[in-house]
Amino acid sequence: MLELQILIDGFAISSLYALGAIGFTLIFGVSGVLNLSHGAIMAVAAIIAWYVAGDLGAGSYGGALAGIATGLALSFVTYGLVVRPIQSSRTIAHEEKEIFVLTGTLLWGLMLQVAVAWIFTNNPKTVQPLVAGVVEILGVRTPRNEILTAVLSWVAIGLLWQLVHRTRAGKSLLAASINPRGLTLLGFELSNVYLLVWAIYGVLAGIAGVLLGMFLGVSSDNAGTLTASAFSIVVLGGLGSVTGSLVAAYVVGYLETVTAYLVSPSIRTVPVLLLLVLVVYLRPQGLLGRR
Amino acid sequence: MKASLTLLVAACGLGMATSAAWAEDPIRIGVIAETSAISGVSVPNGAKLAAEEINAAGGVNGRKVEIVEYDDHNSAADAVRAFQRAAEQDKVNAVIATYISEVMLALEPWAGRLHMPLITPGAASNEITKRVHDDYDHMKYVFAGYLASTQIADAVCESGKDLLINQMKVKTAVVVSEDAAWTIPLDEEYLKCLPSIGVKVLDHIRLSPDTTDFTPIFNKIEGEKPDVMITGISHVGVQPTVQWQQQQVPIPMYGVSSQATSSTFWKDTNGATDGVVFNMFSAPDVAVTPKTIPFAQAYQKKYGIVPGYAGYTAYDDVYMWVDAIKRAGSTDPDKIVAAMETTDYVGTIGRIVFLPKDNTFAHGMTIGAGYISGLMVQWQGGTPVTVWPANVATGKLKFPAFIKTGG
Repeated sequence: MLELQILIDGFAISSLYALGAIGFTLIFGVSGVLNLSHGAIMAVAAIIAWYVAGDLGAGSYGGALAGIATGLALSFVTYGLVVRPIQSSRTIAHEEKEIFVLTGTLLWGLMLQVAVAWIFTNNPKTVQPLVAGVVEILGVRTPRNEILTAVLSWVAIGLLWQLVHRTRAGKSLLAASINPRGLTLLGFELSNVYLLVWAIYGVLAGIAGVLLGMFLGVSSDNAGTLTASAFSIVVLGGLGSVTGSLVAAYVVGYLETVTAYLVSPSIRTVPVLLLLVLVVYLRPQGLLGRR
Repeated sequence: MKASLTLLVAACGLGMATSAAWAEDPIRIGVIAETSAISGVSVPNGAKLAAEEINAAGGVNGRKVEIVEYDDHNSAADAVRAFQRAAEQDKVNAVIATYISEVMLALEPWAGRLHMPLITPGAASNEITKRVHDDYDHMKYVFAGYLASTQIADAVCESGKDLLINQMKVKTAVVVSEDAAWTIPLDEEYLKCLPSIGVKVLDHIRLSPDTTDFTPIFNKIEGEKPDVMITGISHVGVQPTVQWQQQQVPIPMYGVSSQATSSTFWKDTNGATDGVVFNMFSAPDVAVTPKTIPFAQAYQKKYGIVPGYAGYTAYDDVYMWVDAIKRAGSTDPDKIVAAMETTDYVGTIGRIVFLPKDNTFAHGMTIGAGYISGLMVQWQGGTPVTVWPANVATGKLKFPAFIKTGG
């Protein structure tokens, strides 16, 4: 029974992790940007969803849409206000730009976090679930919303897969991640490709934030942890590798769940961090990294 | 032109009038709290409300009461800096600080060093008053304006005689507390007082305050089949409550849940808190004293929400400091402390009399009938309903359908 419980809970949380990390890794793969405001964007999306669904009375679907729209909007603001000015700056030396982007997005994330705590307090909020109630799966009482979380995560990941492999715009993303110079020679505007990847990222981060807010609840204080968990998953899977991130999300999700159930919930994240140290030491390119 | 000139003259006259009314220096009270947290923000809010009322009634012997606010972001280091600034730069006469025991414990030695009268409206660790008892000469500037954890646990057990035993037919319990300074003495007392009222404690779980997924904890507790979970939570609140409801854990939650004391808790949890029973020393709809309801209403009118638990005490604390300063006839810290020690004040949470220096809870508050006794409140359909003690109760215990009780 406990095994089944671990299997179900681990699957739900891992799917959510996968969704959260996949946008993060995509941006890195395509444009080389590590967006450290990731967690803050997810948290803000969830809190706006909570606010719109409850205070503004839009209901759970309205709230969820507002949360996703927030993710998208914040993604564009992050790109337009923080990342692009640094990338196109003439005063910042080329080799220093990466560190400027890291610092810039980190500070931007902190600003978002403090702003949202100031407006809505840092008390955790839970977004109204899309479906209520529980079902018994072979004797394990599982909230319907937990199942929906896993399903929606996979639908979003599946759609992304279709987009990247089946559409012209998506293929240009893939190409940009392999050889951006070649892509420009073929007449593609690299800046359009970047806009597309930030748009996809925003939607994914918005969905992930809203689902997390429904499943576990989100506080502005979680922003740092959320960035860190996406970062560990992406490093574990191999920076820029989407498949690697998916695999790593399940490794992390199940390792955490097993630890929480069989050892202690208080040290939930410890084995993951140890594994991360080990991977960085033995296989620095990550599980499925390209380098 | 003429009209504006008249206005100008009138404005000058008004300015002179107000400055004339407060000819003497104001009495300044520093308020340090985490203002982005629900329990935290009620501290400056409650204090400001008290100051406004006192000033509207003419101040203290012609002196205005001024609240100087500091946000400590829930950081002991920020709180200590704010405290030093309050004492040395802003020259406050007394300080009201924090609902977090860890922060209060960091401030305490500074109150001693800077001879600055300090009261906490919400921190509960026994250590706060124990230090006053053990090192009175240095620590006498510190007062506990909230009950010590041991006293809170006793209040919960006292209510359990009626609610847990008679009404809910509880025989067994699991104690669930967050890992923090204030819950160490709380849990210790729970483990002693629950068996004494006839509840067998099956397990004692301390959870990390940064837990986000409570499923494994609820799963473990459910496996032990207790009749009730006795809680000690304050830093956490929304997430365990929501997950408890979403997963339909059939065991009632009963005890201390500080976040549940705020009216926004229903909204923050989307109503998942329905059925949660929690301890309070004052509730917005219960006339614990004649001051409780008027305060809660004035607060709600001014800020749009009912006060968190530390709002009531912070409000009382301003009145008590002002009263002590008035009786001392001076702002000399030693004289203020001496006057504060003889406080016998009916506030919003009961009659406040500080315990003498030879008591283990020195400068803590006297509890029991006629002083401060506590309430048990339950969230029911969007409103907190007082369910204990019977003489002030506004309703009966009522649990959501997924909860199993013997009652």
